[in-house]
Amino acid sequence: MAKGTKLTQSNRAGWAFAIPGFGLMVMFIILPFVFAIALSFTNQRLISPNPTQFVGLANYQQLLGVGMITLESERDDIGAIVFDDDGEAQFPRLRGYTRNNPDYPRIDGMREWFSWGNDESRTYVLARDVVFMKAIVNTVLFVIVVAPVQAGLALCLALLINQRLRGINVYRAIYFMPVVVSIVVVSLLWRFIYDGNDGLLNNLLSGLTFGAFEGRDWLGNPATALPSIMAMSIWQAVGFHMVIWLSGLQTISPTLYEAADIEGASKWQSFRYVTWPGLRNTAVLILIVITMQAFALFAQIDVMTNGGPLDSTQTIVFQAVERGYGKQDISGGSAISVILFVIVLTISLIQRYLTREKN
Amino acid sequence: MAAVAGDNHRLRLVVRYMVLTLIAIIFIFPLVFMVMSSLKPDQQLLSDTGSLRAFLPVGDLSFDNYRDAFARAPVGLFVFNSMLVTGVTVVLSLLICSLAAFSFVFLNWTGKGVVLSIILATLIVPFETIAIPLLLIASQLPWIGAEGLTFGWLNTYRIQIVPFIADGLTIYLFVQYFKDLPAELIEASRVEGATWLQIYRRVVMPLSGPVLATAAILKFLVMYNQYLWPLIVVQQESYRPVMVGLQYFFQLNIAWGEVMAYLSLITLPVLAFYLVLQRAFIASIASTGVKG
Repeated sequence: MAKGTKLTQSNRAGWAFAIPGFGLMVMFIILPFVFAIALSFTNQRLISPNPTQFVGLANYQQLLGVGMITLESERDDIGAIVFDDDGEAQFPRLRGYTRNNPDYPRIDGMREWFSWGNDESRTYVLARDVVFMKAIVNTVLFVIVVAPVQAGLALCLALLINQRLRGINVYRAIYFMPVVVSIVVVSLLWRFIYDGNDGLLNNLLSGLTFGAFEGRDWLGNPATALPSIMAMSIWQAVGFHMVIWLSGLQTISPTLYEAADIEGASKWQSFRYVTWPGLRNTAVLILIVITMQAFALFAQIDVMTNGGPLDSTQTIVFQAVERGYGKQDISGGSAISVILFVIVLTISLIQRYLTREKN
Repeated sequence: MAAVAGDNHRLRLVVRYMVLTLIAIIFIFPLVFMVMSSLKPDQQLLSDTGSLRAFLPVGDLSFDNYRDAFARAPVGLFVFNSMLVTGVTVVLSLLICSLAAFSFVFLNWTGKGVVLSIILATLIVPFETIAIPLLLIASQLPWIGAEGLTFGWLNTYRIQIVPFIADGLTIYLFVQYFKDLPAELIEASRVEGATWLQIYRRVVMPLSGPVLATAAILKFLVMYNQYLWPLIVVQQESYRPVMVGLQYFFQLNIAWGEVMAYLSLITLPVLAFYLVLQRAFIASIASTGVKG
């Protein structure tokens, strides 16, 4: 580019061309982003007769407050542990500590999130907002599973499609097809696949095992609901990343493969020493894109489970929408948005750091 | 590929095609199920899920579900709304984003570097994190229309269009493409006394076919499949797009045949469009990655 020459120097035209786009982005992306941060320190509601007040970190404390307490089991008069009818050791009720107990102000109003221990003592991890904690854990779990699996499967598909075969374009077109179908439509269709009574998946598995497999309600069971949504999400989006891998593969010069062939490299060796180094930048890009998409998990949840069963599919964005829109609690929803952004930013910085070019 | 003995080679070829086909079935079966089910009465639809019949056009086939779907919900209106919102957004987005990119690549002006960095930085802000504050802003924005000055953009077409016109990815795509155009061409036109607007219209745009197609396809997919945003900003039937219109089919007794008919109706045109322009679709996704 001819930088700084008289011919291209033009402040007026430059701004005039850029301002419509930049203005819209300031108005509808940057301003809401700044608002999200600002509103998260207030008690703003969508419609409210009362003036908005600054509340400091209250929204964050409400969302992220966690505490811990270790309790000794109940003993009888002679000091033996009291067991209930099921043989479980008896512990004092948590409520005695978390409801208006002046000795434990820090955990006031919290609920049990999870606990561990033995018959003598038990440690309880408490959270002020247990549902939101579960939402964070589910979302992170979703990202940790989906990002590598989807990227890996997409690479396998790309390698499979990147061979010279008659009709290979037809296969490529089919693998990519779910990408152009709305995730809302896909989620509805997969409700049939996961259905507990006569779902397609149950029928397939029972057919493959000659009836040995007993059907289950995939989305109705807290243990299988989130994994089911993971599998479907991968199915829908894997074609997208296959295409990006494919474009990366096609930038690798064929002469490198010929050289590897002449050197007598095995298929694995030529992948390891020619293909993989050539895909470095693509890999970084794909990982960041999938991570960002995975953190935004919402439509699948909204259509398939509504966060259930037992909050096993609650996610951060689902919670943000439930507060900000459902309960019209703009400040709470904004605080969740900021937390989501901080997590996404942190993870993409970590990914950048781990995948940086080592000079 | 080294030459192998004939039979061995043929066997390997057969295995390859079998693997490819098996995977193709995995990707296509829910869509086949959708279309086949849309042609069947509810009872048969549900009983067919127990066998391969679910994927076959067998039994009592008709277009009744489609007729009933139109009777249950203003399907035509939803499709019209989606088309309008998508079409207008795509056109405006191509115009506004290409203008901005033109300015970033071909013009020099004070503040350019900062503005471009801010625009690219928005790429790591997921829309989901700004949706809630944007909802608040949208509920209070002013507008001058037929009724004079009004406040609040909820329940309109414009709230579904305007926020999505300019975005970092589209501008980035144009910037990358414009950078590869020969700069001499622009300088020559400048020497001949052409204005910047003339250069944009007569020199750069005619050369921008591929990137226009790419940007249009990506925007089309995003806009037609919008769900979260219209869900929270549009409560009135008259402005609802297709994905939100689905709610009409989930009342007490779900008529699955009608649901399938509706899903087919809103999906098949996009699939047809995709299959016709398949190369362009795939090239457009690929181009987002090449220069990462």
